[in-house]
Parts: sequence; C-alpha cells; structure tokens
Amino acid sequence: MTPETPDTEELVALLARMELIRSFEERAGVAYGLRKIGGFCHLYSGQEAVAVGSISTLDPARDYVFTGYRDHGHALACGMDPRAVMAELYGKVTGASRGKGGSMHLFAPERGMFGGNGIVGAQIPIATGAALAQAYRKDGGITLCFFGDGAFHQGALHESLNLARVWSLPIVYIVENNQWGMGTHWKRVSAEEDFTATTAAYGMPGEACDGMDLLEVRATVGRAVERARSELMPCLVEARTYRYKGHSMSDPQKYRAREEIDEYRRRDPIELLKEKLKEEGRLTEERWTAIAAEAERLVEEAVAFAEESAEPSRVVLYEDVLAPRDVSARTGAEAQRWRS
Amino acid sequence: MAIMTIREALGRALDEEMARDERVLLMGEEVGEYDGAYKVSKGLLAKYGPERVRDTPIAELGFTGLGVGAAIAGLRPIVEWMTHNFALLALDQVVNEAAKMRYMSGGSLSVPIVFRGPSGPAEQLAAQHSQSFASYWAHVPGLKVVAPGTAADAYGLLKSAIRDDDPVVFLESELMYGWKGEVPEEEYLAPIGKAELRRKGRDLTVVAYSRALTVALDAAGQLAARGIEAEVIDLRTLRPLDEAAIYESVARTNRCVVVDESWPVASVGSHLAWLVSRACFDRLDAPVELVSLEDVPMPYNRALEIAAQPTADKIVAAALRALYLEDGASAEVARKE
Repeated sequence: MTPETPDTEELVALLARMELIRSFEERAGVAYGLRKIGGFCHLYSGQEAVAVGSISTLDPARDYVFTGYRDHGHALACGMDPRAVMAELYGKVTGASRGKGGSMHLFAPERGMFGGNGIVGAQIPIATGAALAQAYRKDGGITLCFFGDGAFHQGALHESLNLARVWSLPIVYIVENNQWGMGTHWKRVSAEEDFTATTAAYGMPGEACDGMDLLEVRATVGRAVERARSELMPCLVEARTYRYKGHSMSDPQKYRAREEIDEYRRRDPIELLKEKLKEEGRLTEERWTAIAAEAERLVEEAVAFAEESAEPSRVVLYEDVLAPRDVSARTGAEAQRWRS
Repeated sequence: MAIMTIREALGRALDEEMARDERVLLMGEEVGEYDGAYKVSKGLLAKYGPERVRDTPIAELGFTGLGVGAAIAGLRPIVEWMTHNFALLALDQVVNEAAKMRYMSGGSLSVPIVFRGPSGPAEQLAAQHSQSFASYWAHVPGLKVVAPGTAADAYGLLKSAIRDDDPVVFLESELMYGWKGEVPEEEYLAPIGKAELRRKGRDLTVVAYSRALTVALDAAGQLAARGIEAEVIDLRTLRPLDEAAIYESVARTNRCVVVDESWPVASVGSHLAWLVSRACFDRLDAPVELVSLEDVPMPYNRALEIAAQPTADKIVAAALRALYLEDGASAEVARKE
C-alpha cells in the first residue's frame, strides 16, 4: 500500500469511514440530548480526515493507536464495531469496556486501539512506552499518538519527545490542532504558532498538513510512519483541523463566532473528498447515496443494539480491578466474611 | 540460608527475574552506568546491556508513563524512582493510568509493572527527601502495594511483584538497604497479600511493616522484659491487606497497636485501626492505638527527626496504654481484667 497513490476503491472506503464517523457522532449527540448517554461526550465532527487518513497508513496487525478523550473517531477508524462503541456510550454491559469506561475510554487492543484517555496529554508518554515495546521486540510495529492543541503544552509531551529521540522509538505524534482547547483559542496560550518548530529542539522532523484534506493527511502521516518504521525516527505531524461541535456536549460555545464554524464547514473533509472523487469521475451520486445510507444503517443498528443491551450487573462493579484470580482479594471482603 | 544485605537481596531478585524473562527491563535515573543511586541495580547493565537496563533523563512523569505504555504493550518493566519522594511528579501515571487501565477497558488491558525505589524516613535529609507515601499508594484500587520488612521478603516479594499481572508499587526502606539478613539459598517467591507472624504473644497484637517492623520487634523485647508478651505481625503487603491474619491475632490478644511510618491522617495505620475496631469490636478490651509519624513535615535536626518517628519507646507506651498499665501495674493485673 502506497500512501501517496491510493486506488479508487480504497479512497471510497475511507470516504465511507469518514461518513460513518460523522453519522455516528450526529446520532450520539441526539442520544446525549435524550439523556441516553451521560457524563462527558466529546464529538469528533469536522476532524474525521485526521483519524481516518492517519490510521489508513497503518498495519493493524502490528501497529498501535493512542488518543485522548475525543476518541470515537479513532475507535471507528481502527475498525471497532459501532455497536460496541455506542453500547459503551450508553454504559451497557455489551459496550467495549463493559460499561465501565464510557465515551473517553474506548479500547480494542486486538485492533491496535489502546484508548481513549481522559487526562489531557497522559496518553503521550504511554504511547511512547508502547513504541518502546515495539522497538525492544523489533517487531516492525509503530505507534500513532494523537492529541490536541491543548495537550501540546503539557510537560508529558516534551518529556516524551525527548525520550523518543534519545531511544530512537518508532512513533508518530499527531497534534490535531482543532484550534480550541475547551474555550481557549490556541494562539492565546502558545508561545509558538508553528507547533512543528518544537521538533527541532528534539532533533526530529516535524511536518504540518491540512487536516481537512484526507489525501494530504494520509501522504504526510504515511511518510512519517514509513520513516518511523524503517529508520526508528520519531516525527511530529501537526494536522490543522477544526472542531464543529463544542468542547463537549455541555459547551454553549459563547467564545467563538458562528461565521468561523461556517467557514470551516465550507471546507468539510467529507465534502472535499467526495467532490474530488466525483470531479475525477471516480464516484457517482448513486454510489454516494448508497454510502451515506449504509453509514446511517450501521449507526441505527448500533443505537438499536445499545438500546436493547442489558445494564451491567452489580457483580461487574467489582470485576477488572485486578487480574481475574485476585478478584476476591479486594479490600473489605475479608472483613465482611470474618464478621458474618 | 545466605546472609546478605537488603540491597543485595533486591539486586538478586532483579537479576534472577531478568534472566528468567526477556520481557523484564529496568528503567530509571542512574540505574545503568552509575550502577544505581543506591546500588540496587549494581552489575545489571554489564550483564543485560543498555536495551534492558535503561538510564533515563530526570523526567519522572515521562519515564514512568513510558513504563506504563511498555507494560500495556506486553513487556514487564520495572520503573525505579531514585526515591519515592520524586514519584509525585509521576502520580498521574500511577493513579490515573496504571491503576485504572484494566478497569476502564473492561478487562481488555493489563499493566504488569513494578514501580520501586527507596521510601520512608531517611537520615537528616529534611522534609522533601524523608517521608513515606505508603498511604497515597494504598488508597488506590487497582494497585498492589508491597513493603518488605526483612531481607528474605525484599528478595521474595520483589520476585513476586515482577511476575504479578497487576501494577505493584514496591516500597524499599531507604535506611534498610545496608541491613543484613537471612535469605534462602534456593529460589523463593514470597506471596503478595499475606502477612507474617514475626513474634508470638498473648497480651497484645502489634501490627507493623517495612522498617517499623524492626522497631516493633525491639519494643516487643522491651515489653517482654516487663512480663508483657506482644505478638508482632508483619503486614508485608499494604494492598491487598491480609485482614484475616490481623483479626485472628487480635481475637486472641484483645488489644492492638498499629505502627506506621507515614502520617496519621487518612493513612494505612488509621485505616487499619478502623478495620480492627470494626471487625473486632466485641473482642477488644481497649481502643486500638496508633503509633505513626508525627503529623509534621520531617525536620532536619537529628533529635527532632527521631522525635518525629515511631520509636520503640512510643510503641511501649502505646502498648501500656492498651493494657491500662500506664501506672506501672503488672501484666498479671491486665490479664485478670
């Protein structure tokens, strides 16, 4: 697979994946409004090209993906079952984390998806450690580590960039600069407006790309992935993108103008790729209609599955704290037994 | 039995487990070229090479997080903190990441990692370098917390910790590295979650761990000279607690003194005292006593530093309070009550 020259079928599949994510997020937003989904719910709408384009360059059999709390898109881009993801948002026992993780904690290690993390930037050293395991085993695997512009200023990133270079780890850091860290514009809190400039201090390459353009994301990340795999050279990619929705579902978005959102919607990543494929005669309107309908069907199926699934039983509360053989060792159990 | 220092016992455990399992690697500040800030990892770089014994920059958050990630991805890393005092910089990676990954993923992730290093009171290092965070770690579900009080346990518990499938925080008493003790010649795996009876006695139960165990045994000797027989239990593991061993002892002695080198508020010691008070309510003849670090930052001055810590004298005094013998009455009187 050459990232620079994807064939038509592959591109149509990536377009369909982006559409699936968009439909999923729209539906998750509705379910949140109906209080079917609780807690924090951070939607990925607008940023689809970053996760889908980047993850399409990976070898799922040996590569890993780590991301932050805005993780539905990455989970679906890794090929996680939309039913397991929606059921997890609903907190059902059939969810990917048995209803104990929720929106921010989606995992599918068998697909290389290692979460999903609720602490801004905490996944960065963890992902770097996963790349250490890959380098140590010499298994040819690489790690993609996604985070937002808000996480860029965490010490965890800078400690990780340093270690990744000192130890020559096969990792690509992707900062999804969606421009808003909750309600703070990124330029207000960043001494440097070019995130890729930072990489010079760590002796590694940094590249920026248009995060609304799947082909550009794919080409840029693809080069970085290849370099990480063959030369054990880490890299940082800044994907300039935009978050259509609020920081989370509870965000009234008083800090930004409607016009700004509209401007980016005119450069929508799905529309961009769809129109390009149509212009080039590689996609018909009929086929697009079918793609959109299939995405809708998968999402409705996921919602139905989540609705119909059972709540976790009380037993589940005490499971997965420690490795299975140690479940009975939890604090308090012994006192209960001894008193009764 | 071989006689060796606790430093050597820990080093032997690291060496044997690295030889046994290629997934085990050691990372931390000064663990390699310098042979360890406290020489626990002495000789390991020469034997296993820089891929497996990794000197890190002074970046606790970063390298602790790398350890967590490597564990998630299938290795069995040992992260050495030069001392637990610096682990607070990495607290998020231990508490929010390592401890919760299995739970948040519904059991699909496993984090087999050991976080280890010197802990507890040191000598004249002042408040930032001389303290116990045992209670911080013990507070967190998803962690196991191990604190050996003998050379054999330093060896046997560290081996078990490295083989454990859950994250283990391993507390080594900074003052005990040079202490010598008996260690089995043959391979020995001490069970995590099991306390050990270190001295039999019928008059009261003293519960201690780590270096405080030795202080407690010293106090038990002083009490014996007064005709009081103290039973001494070594916790060895702070999470999960071997509650049954403690309750079984207190059920026989009816009195309990808890000794803990950490601060008294919301601590391992105060939790234990509550557990015993609750589970053994009908058996207790006196309130549970707690001898902890005084509720102050550790002072530099040597006399003040000693005054801040649990001492044999303080344990004896607590035992006498529990026996209602503060006025100097004999042990026989207490037994008749």
